[in-house]
Amino acid sequence: MTAELSNSRPRSWLLRAAALLPALLISGCNWVVMSPSGDIAVQQRDLVLISTGLMLIIIVPVIALTLFFAYHYRQTNKSAKYEPTWDHSVGLELLIWGVPLLIIIALGALTWTSTHLLDPYRPLGRISAQSGDIGENTPVGQLAGNQQTITGGKPLDVQVVALDWKWLFIYPEYGIATVNELAAPVDRPLRFKMTSSSVMNAFYIPALAGMIYTMPGMETTLHAVINKPGNYEGFSSNYSGAGFSGMRFRFHGVSDAGFDAWVAKVRNGGGGLNRANYMQLEKPSEKVPVRYFGGVESSLFKAIVEQCVKPGKPCMSDMMGKNPHDGMAMPGVNGGSGPQDAGPRPEGGLMKDGDEKGSGKHWSAPADIKRDGANAAPGSPANRNHTMLTPSTMPGSRPVANG
Amino acid sequence: MSDSILKTIFGRLTLESLPLHEPIVVATFGMVAIGGAALLAALTYFKVWGYLWNQWFTSVDHKKIGIMYMILAIVMLLRGFSDAIMMRLQQAMAFGGSEGYLNAHHYDQVFTAHGVIMIFFVAMPMVTGLMNYVVPLQIGARDVSFPFLNNFSFWMTAAGAVIVMMSLFIGEFARTGWLAMPPLSGIAYSPDVGVDYYIWALQIAGIGTLLSGVNLVATIVKMRAPGMGMMKMPIFTWTALCTNILIVAAFPVLTAVLAMLSLDRYIGTAFFTNDAGGNPMMYVNLIWIWGHPEVYILVLPAFGIFSEVTSTFSGKRLFGYSSMVYATLVITILSYLVWLHHFFTMGSGASVNSFFGITTMIISIPTGAKIFNWLFTMYKGRIRFELPMMWTIAFMVTFTIGGMTGVLLAVPPADFVLHNSLFLVAHFHNVIIGGTLFGMFAGINYWFPKAFGFKLDEKWGKVSFWCWVSGFYFAFMPLYVLGLMGVTRRMRYFDDPNLQIWFVIAAFGAALVAVGIAAFLIQIFVSIRNREALADHTGDPWGGRTLEWATSSPPPDYNFAFTPVVHDLDAWYDMKDRKHQRPVSGFRAIHMPSNTGTGVVLGVLSIAFGFAMIWYMWWLAGLTLVGIFATTIFHTFNYKRDFYIPVEDVIASEDARTRMLATQGA
Amino acid sequence: MSSVSLKKDGLDEKGEPLSFYQLEEHHHPEGSSTMLGFWMYLMSDCLIFAVLFAAYGVLGTSYAGGPTPKEIFELPLVAVNTAMLLFSSITYGFAMLSMEEGRQRIMQMWLAFTGLFGLAFLSIEMYEFATLIHEGAGPTRSAFLSSFFTLVGTHGLHVTMGFIWLVTLMVQVQKHGLIAANKRRLMCLSMFWHFLDVIWIGVFTFVYLMGSLR
Repeated sequence: MTAELSNSRPRSWLLRAAALLPALLISGCNWVVMSPSGDIAVQQRDLVLISTGLMLIIIVPVIALTLFFAYHYRQTNKSAKYEPTWDHSVGLELLIWGVPLLIIIALGALTWTSTHLLDPYRPLGRISAQSGDIGENTPVGQLAGNQQTITGGKPLDVQVVALDWKWLFIYPEYGIATVNELAAPVDRPLRFKMTSSSVMNAFYIPALAGMIYTMPGMETTLHAVINKPGNYEGFSSNYSGAGFSGMRFRFHGVSDAGFDAWVAKVRNGGGGLNRANYMQLEKPSEKVPVRYFGGVESSLFKAIVEQCVKPGKPCMSDMMGKNPHDGMAMPGVNGGSGPQDAGPRPEGGLMKDGDEKGSGKHWSAPADIKRDGANAAPGSPANRNHTMLTPSTMPGSRPVANG
Repeated sequence: MSDSILKTIFGRLTLESLPLHEPIVVATFGMVAIGGAALLAALTYFKVWGYLWNQWFTSVDHKKIGIMYMILAIVMLLRGFSDAIMMRLQQAMAFGGSEGYLNAHHYDQVFTAHGVIMIFFVAMPMVTGLMNYVVPLQIGARDVSFPFLNNFSFWMTAAGAVIVMMSLFIGEFARTGWLAMPPLSGIAYSPDVGVDYYIWALQIAGIGTLLSGVNLVATIVKMRAPGMGMMKMPIFTWTALCTNILIVAAFPVLTAVLAMLSLDRYIGTAFFTNDAGGNPMMYVNLIWIWGHPEVYILVLPAFGIFSEVTSTFSGKRLFGYSSMVYATLVITILSYLVWLHHFFTMGSGASVNSFFGITTMIISIPTGAKIFNWLFTMYKGRIRFELPMMWTIAFMVTFTIGGMTGVLLAVPPADFVLHNSLFLVAHFHNVIIGGTLFGMFAGINYWFPKAFGFKLDEKWGKVSFWCWVSGFYFAFMPLYVLGLMGVTRRMRYFDDPNLQIWFVIAAFGAALVAVGIAAFLIQIFVSIRNREALADHTGDPWGGRTLEWATSSPPPDYNFAFTPVVHDLDAWYDMKDRKHQRPVSGFRAIHMPSNTGTGVVLGVLSIAFGFAMIWYMWWLAGLTLVGIFATTIFHTFNYKRDFYIPVEDVIASEDARTRMLATQGA
Repeated sequence: MSSVSLKKDGLDEKGEPLSFYQLEEHHHPEGSSTMLGFWMYLMSDCLIFAVLFAAYGVLGTSYAGGPTPKEIFELPLVAVNTAMLLFSSITYGFAMLSMEEGRQRIMQMWLAFTGLFGLAFLSIEMYEFATLIHEGAGPTRSAFLSSFFTLVGTHGLHVTMGFIWLVTLMVQVQKHGLIAANKRRLMCLSMFWHFLDVIWIGVFTFVYLMGSLR
């Protein structure tokens, strides 16, 4: 169990150098997008391959003909035909518009069906290619929202919050939460509900399924399943500011028993997560090590989505009374409204007094971490400058979240 | 007390705003300062200021403005490419605990600046410059419809470029990525000057782009030579027309969306904020409604260049002219119906995603038709492998690959695994370098003799060509692989040491491209040195087919002493074919627009205005704004904006050409 | 060159000599493209308004707990305002009629009326804005108000520009008379002024009327 979870992968320089050469030679099987371990990602991979194949029908002849024509009709080849006024051919025109059209029709049909089948909002239709459809012969389209209970068991709900710059995972079913570590039992459907605390990110575990944005004030959904046990990489795949590169986590696909053990470990691993220490956790920090929370305030995720974790801040849905329209196509947008007592919103430049203008100092200046660094005093503007660098005090030291 | 006075005068600009602690920036500044001082000193020493001012800066001649656009683009290419090299180096180094040599602050600026500069200040001016130079010649006009506006547009673009360059040494540039998506680019998360530099550089340059779009559309619609119906226009003119229509119909969206972002940042409105009901996703939608047509703004003129080049160097009429025209029109219209494919992963419904995916794929049909048209233009031709043709062949192969990966990304579920990855980065470089940039190099090599009267050196041109093409493949094929390995863009460092080798190869590719750029500059230098040997006296060095080759190289200020009359599609080929007689007498004085310094003044004022807004110097902003209005109004009081080139001058230059042609035995 | 064929050598199908050059000065009359160019500018401006309308459409109900249109719009005031702008368009029309007849002084008078109506429009709008901001319904209060102020304010900014332009043109007409260049400029301003009228009708309907009905 511990071995499975360990994410340290010590490698000597020698080993690394030795790995370089084969890395170049190894075929697609080392490329995670080409050899994923979750069924959704596998289907997406197949789609990549099929579309590429379809397009190669036209791409290969075009490239070959380009090179051949360029060679054959070169000026010095006097034996090649030369017809300087030949500029039209109905047959050829039909061919050059028709063949691509046919291929695009095929690809379009493939796109339409696959986009609907692999819609991240859609509950899983199958657990893996081998398992067949869930619910014997029920066509996937007829599965009700929560009906995925037949072979794969009840979907495991995971609430995902992209914080600056770390990931918070809440397991409502178990009342636990983790930072930068995710685990799930193999072959059990997963349902991720995702949001973000401040700026846009994207939740991406290449081995599991394609990415979906996490956005503040909105909730997105991703259904997926992991089919092979393993230790996989997950990260944010939408640039979100200075700490973005370190916004990584490990995703563990484990057996049912292993998952139970993991849950127990998290339960014992740390204190609870309530609104107060969420407010602490939410502050920008980089390269945050794994943290466990044995308990979670049940309404926390909803409060995060509605941006009302802070005590006294009204939730978006509480303001809906004044807002008869909720017709946006996007989930969670709903013409969302903000706080009644808007609180200290940052002022626009024109509104600032002279002394509020700040110095416009160059942010890369050697920083006084107390003054400029992340996790400065609550309410400090430095906490909000997402494009700012948080310098480490010592080389190699990892700034930790003040949870 | 004195502090508040300083704040009033300088806003948030202080000595601390200067990046004196950044050795890379300080060294760059030193080099730029020394180089700039040397250049200024040389200009003063050789007393060319007056010449530059009278003949170039204030010129309303579309040819000179076109050349100035090209020079601006090449200078900015050096800056944008330095950013590229820095990124490649960083990503090749930052492995296994090493964070490379760039901190997040610097690196995030570098990739933002790279994108912004390459799109807005390299590709756009290059495209605009070539269109400016060539279109009036191709349609047999003496200038564009609004010559002063043309000069003004150029200076607005240049002003935007200056503002971006200022951010390197005073304060900093945005660290948000090239589209500055909120909430990250909002005042809450980017309170410093970076995004303000971004906004004002783009707004000011955007005015120039929009007006030059209006100008060229009016020119093409109204100023064509008699006989040149729409379906007799050269293909490059057609693509220029569609490009400029796209500019007129797309750039206002950018202006509006950036204006809303600046209101959020300056007034504190709530368009794209997380709270108070703002909706950041609206920004994403709006900016891509501009952003996708922008892609076609960049690539359509390149398509036009390839059409001209293929037909000329294959010695053959363009295959399927009308299908080419319709393909261009279809692309123009469809480019507005695909913007959502840039964010399939936002979680729109499956039907929305597949609609936009399929419209995107449909664009590939006319694009494919164009590729086939070039292919069949080569078929049964006599292909001369001059430099422009080499770039064209390289384009056809490269762009086809880029098109394929593009269609792949248009399949939403496939995009879910490849979006924002290095695969995507490889794809759009594949089409922008393989399409636009190769096109620009084909165009430069093709029209350089027209602009300057001598060809570009072939040897160095080939060195540049091969370095660019192979460098491109070395630099970007590894990125495709890395994308398939699940590597995301804009990362500053990596954990997995297996990735490093690919980044090293990519960095090697970038180095090859650097050699390519150097070779291009050497090519120009060597060509200028050998201009006697490379000279072209006929005005038609390639056996051209369109009207720009009917006049001398370089063309006289008035382009054509007599307006040509068009009877066939390839007008100049037709004239040669039917043994036209060039008139050698009966010249008249020619009515021309006169030069004006207003454009330069407005450009300088705009820079000052943008700078004042960026640094919150409200008094300066107000002052310069009033100055801009006053200058504009003052300009409208000048009713004498034209003059006649005396008939003696026309006779003198036309006689010189007659003698020149006689010595060529033409 | 290819060998001589019957159709070639500068003869057209009927055997008439083809001309390849216009030997008479082919004059693009000065300003012949101005109308087209200005139309295109107006269309691009129209797109800016389209984006602002779209933003209002998306954000127009995001009150963030703040005031709703019903609570803050004073329709009678806006109706008066609309009338001012419509009158200004009519007087501009009269000015253009006088221009066609070459009656410069009458035209100047109508232009002055246009300017005054424009000023009245701007004053009422500024009064409205000031009242709203005073009531705490400023542009920073909610996304609805941000988009409202931006849409209406951008229109107001255009009217201001139009006013400055109008004054400039009146001076220029006074100075140079109704020469071709001035007539062309008056035509452009005319299009601009009526364009702003059309936009305002959109604002009035879409923002004020429909807002009050909501």
